[in-house]
Amino acid sequence: MDDAEGRRITFEVVEDADTEPIVEMYVAFDPADRAQGIPPSQEDRIRSWLDTLLEEGLNVLAWDDEDVVGHAVLMPDDDGWELAIFVNQPYQGAGIGTELIQTLLGYGAEEGVDRVWLTVERWNRPAIALYKSVGFEPSDAESFEMEMSLLLAGVE
Amino acid sequence: MHVLVGVEGSEESGRALEGVLERAADAGDELTVAVFALGEQSLDDVESSVREQLADAAVSWSIERITADHPASALVELAESGPYEQLAIGGGQQSPMGKIELGSTTEFVLLNAQLSVRLVR
Repeated sequence: MDDAEGRRITFEVVEDADTEPIVEMYVAFDPADRAQGIPPSQEDRIRSWLDTLLEEGLNVLAWDDEDVVGHAVLMPDDDGWELAIFVNQPYQGAGIGTELIQTLLGYGAEEGVDRVWLTVERWNRPAIALYKSVGFEPSDAESFEMEMSLLLAGVE
Repeated sequence: MHVLVGVEGSEESGRALEGVLERAADAGDELTVAVFALGEQSLDDVESSVREQLADAAVSWSIERITADHPASALVELAESGPYEQLAIGGGQQSPMGKIELGSTTEFVLLNAQLSVRLVR
């Protein structure tokens, strides 16, 4: 796709990823955009965190030429799959998040993912709007973080 | 300093108690451990595992049992009515993604306690 700023962004389902460009994105990540402790702020912790996500999760990347500018991931647990998405600051608000999350949910549906959940800080309105736009609904609104969930049968 | 630490039966609580114990040994803090049970946990089990954890501790400690229906509010009440200068509690557990999630007891304590609160990770 061409994003709202006219940049040509490509989306890739991760099979065997070179982790270095992803590490670079997270090293450059704006600390103000961290939420609930992720992404980690130090490079060694970023690497071990990423290793877990790439090994156990389903991952999709957004590329601008040679640079990773967005990453979305589903991680399995007892209640379904937890979703998280990160878009590097200069690329936010350009439609990349929506495309990234739709690519990931489509990939998840192919892989047999049924229930997807996430938590989001209640004051993070842009993120909540993004999740609502692809069909997530609040499922537990009684804490600092809002929990939202989605049944993937209804996505496609 | 006299620290009250709230402990239930989760791993998060066990780690919190471990952290508070280490700090107390370094700082010479006096500890009171308020034990309580959440959900299906048994208060006796929680208390016995806490006693085990405290057995070799080089700090002065005591135990208070919380049996109220809403342990979080009973914990805050105990903290405010006693000689304590600080209330310590587990600071959340991590989701598969690595996100920190605070439990409802921790949230209640943060919002309601009138004394200093320490979150232990």
